[in-house]
Amino acid sequence: MSNVIAQLLQPSCVLLNCDFKTSQEVIQAIGGKLFEAGFVKESFVQAAIDRESTLPTGLPLGGKINAAIPHTEIEHVLKPALGMATLRDVVDFRNMVSPTESVPVRLVFLLALEQPKAQIEMLQEVAGVLQNVDLVERLVSLTNYSELIKTLEGA
Amino acid sequence: MDTPKRILVACGTAIATSTVVAKGIEEALKERGISVTTRQCKASEVRSLAGDAQLIVTTTPVPSDLGVPVIQTLAFLTGIGKEAVIEQIIEALKD
Repeated sequence: MSNVIAQLLQPSCVLLNCDFKTSQEVIQAIGGKLFEAGFVKESFVQAAIDRESTLPTGLPLGGKINAAIPHTEIEHVLKPALGMATLRDVVDFRNMVSPTESVPVRLVFLLALEQPKAQIEMLQEVAGVLQNVDLVERLVSLTNYSELIKTLEGA
Repeated sequence: MDTPKRILVACGTAIATSTVVAKGIEEALKERGISVTTRQCKASEVRSLAGDAQLIVTTTPVPSDLGVPVIQTLAFLTGIGKEAVIEQIIEALKD
């Protein structure tokens, strides 16, 4: 059912089972792929890292796995897109609603939004994924892109 | 007969989370027969826009001395505690 996400996730921008140590490394890695694929400007990665440090996007999901949804201002985006990373070990992000708190994260969606209030379906689908505790657990266990797409489409 | 209540929905950039939250609030309240209008803004804009709203719902910290009730919650993103937050919103809109 998560069809919009499945369509927007470029294979080159999906990094599974990674060994990053910091939230900056994660954003840099996925953001770099989005830049190579022509979806964002060169300024996107630093802007997303900066934004994450003042307006963090860590989301405690209530199960074993937490997520983060880094993104930044639309001026750094060329075309709407979605990048994703799953992490072998937890990486600390700060809690969106309580920025002094750390959230240990293993699932990251990097959002490239080019208009305010647009891409609402994509955003609602991402929220839908995050609200599905079993799906989130399954996503971090996957090791290849086609398994990922099948899982999302069947969700 | 009542004019719809006005809710200010804030997040960091006013493009992503506030979009989901605003829609979530509108749909949840519509199911309960309550009509509201929502306006999205950045956390940094809340102070200047608060005067026009009856309630502020935000995913990121905002000042609390605005004279308007503030509900800080991730419930519309994560689903956790969503029912309770909806009740809180309805209560806050009652005056």
